[in-house]
Amino acid sequence: MISLAGRDIMHSWGKFVFTGMGLGLLIGVTLSMAGIYRGMVDDARVLLENSGADLWVVQKDTLGPYAESSSIYDDSWRGIRSISGVADAADITYLTMQVRRKGVDVRAMVTGITAGGPGTPGWPPYLIGGRQITRGHYEAVADIATKFKLGERIKIRRNHYTIVGLTRRMVSSSGDPMVFIPLKDAQEAQFLKDNDAIREQRRRTEENSAFNRPGVPGLLDAIIASQSINTYVNAVLVRVATGHNPDEVAESIRRWKHLTVYTRSQMEEILVGKLIATSAKQIAMFLIILSIVSSAIVAFIIYTLTMGKIREIAVLKLIGTKNRTIVGLIMQQSIALGLIGFVVGKITATLLMAPIFPKHVLLEPLDSIFGFIAVVMICILSSIISIRAALKVNPAEAIGG
Amino acid sequence: MTEKGITIVGVKKRYGSGDTAVEALKNVNMHVAPGEVVGLIGPSGSGKSTLLKCLGAVIEPTAGQMMLGDDLIYDNAWRVKDLRALRRDRIGFVFQAPYLIPFLDVTDNVALLPMLAGKPNAEARKQARELFKALDIEHRAKAMPSQLSGGEQQRVAIARGLVNRPPVILADEPTAPLDSERALAVIRILNEMAQKFATAIIVVTHDEKIIPTFKRIYHIRDGVTYEEKGEGRSFE
Ligand SMILES: Nc1ncnc2c1ncn2[C@@H]1O[C@H](COP(=O)(O)OP(=O)(O)OP(=O)(O)O)[C@@H](O)[C@H]1O
Ligand SMILES: [Mg+2]
Repeated sequence: MISLAGRDIMHSWGKFVFTGMGLGLLIGVTLSMAGIYRGMVDDARVLLENSGADLWVVQKDTLGPYAESSSIYDDSWRGIRSISGVADAADITYLTMQVRRKGVDVRAMVTGITAGGPGTPGWPPYLIGGRQITRGHYEAVADIATKFKLGERIKIRRNHYTIVGLTRRMVSSSGDPMVFIPLKDAQEAQFLKDNDAIREQRRRTEENSAFNRPGVPGLLDAIIASQSINTYVNAVLVRVATGHNPDEVAESIRRWKHLTVYTRSQMEEILVGKLIATSAKQIAMFLIILSIVSSAIVAFIIYTLTMGKIREIAVLKLIGTKNRTIVGLIMQQSIALGLIGFVVGKITATLLMAPIFPKHVLLEPLDSIFGFIAVVMICILSSIISIRAALKVNPAEAIGG
Repeated sequence: MTEKGITIVGVKKRYGSGDTAVEALKNVNMHVAPGEVVGLIGPSGSGKSTLLKCLGAVIEPTAGQMMLGDDLIYDNAWRVKDLRALRRDRIGFVFQAPYLIPFLDVTDNVALLPMLAGKPNAEARKQARELFKALDIEHRAKAMPSQLSGGEQQRVAIARGLVNRPPVILADEPTAPLDSERALAVIRILNEMAQKFATAIIVVTHDEKIIPTFKRIYHIRDGVTYEEKGEGRSFE
């Protein structure tokens, strides 16, 4: 037996290839959508993974430091480190902002890391070029996604920094590349006011008779000095000593320090479940809409193709073709259309969408397999209307009057 | 009734019911022996197509008996379960319009029937090609239907009707679109086939050119058949 569906496709391959390609672009967008979601989840995981932390200590009752703002004193880490089970604890600040380089702004997450060495929580775990920060000021390690080069000078707020090292895949949960700078600089950048604002504040402090007491020399200067220092950080990253249960350590920090502590899995829950939840819902909506549109298109095309063949189907029935063969003819064509669409879609997503999309698009093989199954299912379902129409055709129509 | 060929006794067919009912066949009696080609003529609306559809197991009669060979296929109800298999294995159809499958070439349009009956592709194609010589379409065996002339398409359709060597061929105005020379050629082929394979053939026609070629003719008027001896003129 020859394949009727195959012959029909060969006969009108142009129609099939073009509709398949149209469908393919739609499927490509669908796959990319799923990839964008996976990319966001992956970015979140990488962010947590690369921070080198087991616990995040943040301001009480906040979901900081990524999903909400959080500020705690920058000396909290001392007390935390003395708690049993804590191997290391380090301050960290995060500030998403525009970083200026040769007059062009790059959106980046500026991360302040404490002096220390590689392995200190918050430090980039590996570099793909250059070295880690060694001086206390004005050095930066940037992710290559910023397109910064080694030795280049960038401007963060009012200060200039030299790029001494480059990392890869260090991004914030919204996909912005990270730029690491020394903690003190970062605290200053977070707190920094422009000169006018500083002068204005100084004037107000001087005018306040509570602060400006001629009888207490040095008080005004001390207050002004304290006003220009930022003693806050966003979080303390904690590495738990081997052999200790992170949950238990988290519990004892909570008990002693009156701070909120998140474990790795809780943090992941916050990032994936809360921070990117809205985006995920949007993407899910798009996926549903695209699936419906794809089904409608496949159903319409297959219906049109079948109606165009109604006379041939009557003849096939008249000469004794089994219903199974006729169902196969329609369904195979529908699936063939889906296959062409899927291949085109996969190629578009992999070669076109993923590389040029500004966000990290992670095309998981499992998603592709699931997408493939969905496409085939959609095609089978979409052909049902056509199959019903074909089975209703009366073979007497082939004879005519 | 043990005669071979086609035997029809007292067949009736009513379309619809109540006020709109149409008695298309009132009393049809026919016998066509193996190897015989008979004409079926009658005015428009007299029930010719209806009769072929009943006999071809495409629509169900209302009453009567129909036999193909020794088998009683209809006796006030179908006696055969798989009508599609009956059509596939025992009846060849040739219609007024050829209705070829546009996406199959000439060979496969014809070979499809033996394939549907379960023959391997190569054997089915061989069986198809054997008919092409007699029908003079050998040189068009690889062409697509859209590339054929009307007469060539009709000959392919005839090959399709014959390829499974069915004991019965039902042709509804097979020569309507053909010029007289080609019309006569088609009738000649049908006669050759009838003799060669002992096929019983009924040809419905209005065509004055071919009516004289039948040895036996059935007239049908208002759903009732009358037999008449034909001229049986040579068609050379
Ligand atoms: N499906 C149907 N439903 C109702 N009435 C029908 C149907 N098919 C045919 N008829 C009626 O049955 C009668 C016989 O029709 P039939 O098609 O058999 O005529 P015919 O002899 O083939 O005519 P023609 O030479 O014009 O093809 C006609 O009166 C027709 O209107
Ligand atoms: Mg008719």
